[in-house]
Amino acid sequence: MSEDMRNRFASVTNDLLDNNERVAIVLADISGDKFKEAQQKHPFRRLNVGIREQLLVNVGAGMALAGMRPIVHTFAPFLVERAFEQVKLGFAHQGVGGVLVSIGGSYDTPAYGRTHQSTGDVAVMATLPGVRIHVPGHPDEVESLLRDAVASEEIVYIRLDATTNAAPRDVTDGKLKLIRKGSAGAPTIIAVGPMLDRVLEAVTGSQEDGRPRPSREAIEPLDATVLYTATVRPFDAAGLREHMTGDTVAIVEPYLEGTSAGVVSAALADRPHRLLAIGVKNIEFREYGSIEHHDRAHGLDASGLRARIGGWITPIAV
Amino acid sequence: MNDNTHATTLDRPPTQAYTYADVSRLMSYMTGDEKHSASATSTLDVLWVLYDRILRVDPAKPDDDTRDRFLLSKGHGPMAFYSILAANGFFDPELLRRWCRHDSPLGLHPDRNLIPGVEISSGSLGHGLPLAVGVAGGLRARGNPARVFCLVGDAELDEGSNHEAIAVAPRLVRGLDALTVIVIDNQSSSLTWPGGIAKRFEVEGWSTATIDGRDHAAIEAALTEPHPGRPRAVIAVVEKKS
Repeated sequence: MSEDMRNRFASVTNDLLDNNERVAIVLADISGDKFKEAQQKHPFRRLNVGIREQLLVNVGAGMALAGMRPIVHTFAPFLVERAFEQVKLGFAHQGVGGVLVSIGGSYDTPAYGRTHQSTGDVAVMATLPGVRIHVPGHPDEVESLLRDAVASEEIVYIRLDATTNAAPRDVTDGKLKLIRKGSAGAPTIIAVGPMLDRVLEAVTGSQEDGRPRPSREAIEPLDATVLYTATVRPFDAAGLREHMTGDTVAIVEPYLEGTSAGVVSAALADRPHRLLAIGVKNIEFREYGSIEHHDRAHGLDASGLRARIGGWITPIAV
Repeated sequence: MNDNTHATTLDRPPTQAYTYADVSRLMSYMTGDEKHSASATSTLDVLWVLYDRILRVDPAKPDDDTRDRFLLSKGHGPMAFYSILAANGFFDPELLRRWCRHDSPLGLHPDRNLIPGVEISSGSLGHGLPLAVGVAGGLRARGNPARVFCLVGDAELDEGSNHEAIAVAPRLVRGLDALTVIVIDNQSSSLTWPGGIAKRFEVEGWSTATIDGRDHAAIEAALTEPHPGRPRAVIAVVEKKS
């Protein structure tokens, strides 16, 4: 399961390299083994600059200036946080585009610790105007989003994750998808990317594919509308206004809690609303172990989500 | 937005031949940049030779895909650069008088989105050289033989990002020999460069030359000497920044 998004990214990129001579991939040693054939077939369009992330990003930007469509790839903290000035000035300030694809996410390899984790990458990228940010929830979504990103001229950030949903959705239009409709006045929960299956489990009390839940405390089902998106910038404000049932909305994101609270609230600026932003807590969590251990610590497993949402809506229940 | 076309619609003057002597007069149209004036004139002779004898660029077609790319990374004090662009017909020299005003396309740091003939928007040091490596790599990937020239300063080389680019350019799949970097050395780096700047490039495999940055013949010779298979670094030494 882990590596599925990364493998799909690699296979689609290799296909793009074979069939679109404007496409180039720029690497900084990471994932090089997945592009070995490309090194022989397309030596000028498959570049490895070594462990030099500032150069990684600016080589991508320079290739864009020269008329190429670059895909730039490494771990999220190194691509976005370490080299952010290059993203800001090499791409955005020059007015050229490229596709930035990260792996590692918030804690995909927990034993690596904080240095290989980025919970702030989406928030930092969102400070640049006009950037499209995708958080796919399934390898099929990675494929469609990556192909569309390469066909555009925008700056697109695609954040791959080791956790995936059981089933893909059609995310090509970038809009919020209605997954489950609650009754009038029910809270609306926006699930971002890989959070969808856990949000559905929190709401329905059972897993997406009908599997019995692991032996933990039972989850009492919740009347809620569930929306799904793999695109957090631009945020589909019109879709939220159309599908919301009532005035209570939660957004559940697999990175820093609150990252999209502003755009959600802005979508509802003309009306009273209650907003709960759920995500990875803003703490230094100095433990290793499994992804599931970190999910539980941040309250991002299904039980944790159910408890957090339940505690929030109970005082305001009808 | 991509593929290097920028929406620049500045009026171009009727064709007029400017000489080197005219450039100083054009620079006087701009005022108030005392802090960067030394930087501005340190580039003057290299820029003049580049535009007079080296660069294949056409002010009537600033986005032509076959043009040589000149990237000014030493972004502070662009007066010489603006004057030479104006002298070469990229825009009306009268624009120089209004630089830095709110509605002027000419700021203290050039913006490729506002000024025809400007390849990169500069200002933060250490970005131009890495971008130039990318531009050279991209042109090569497209089979485009246009050359890439990048101007940096010796103090700008303090920035570590330059050294990532210096290490990689000769090694990026057979070497980027369409790339030439010119370093204006006015000894303004605070911690200096023991052994000289050229050595920093040589050890990485660049073809190098260290010359008098005020000698037009020497500048032209250094920029036209062949360097097959390797990028080129020309260190142009000028008087120490006062």
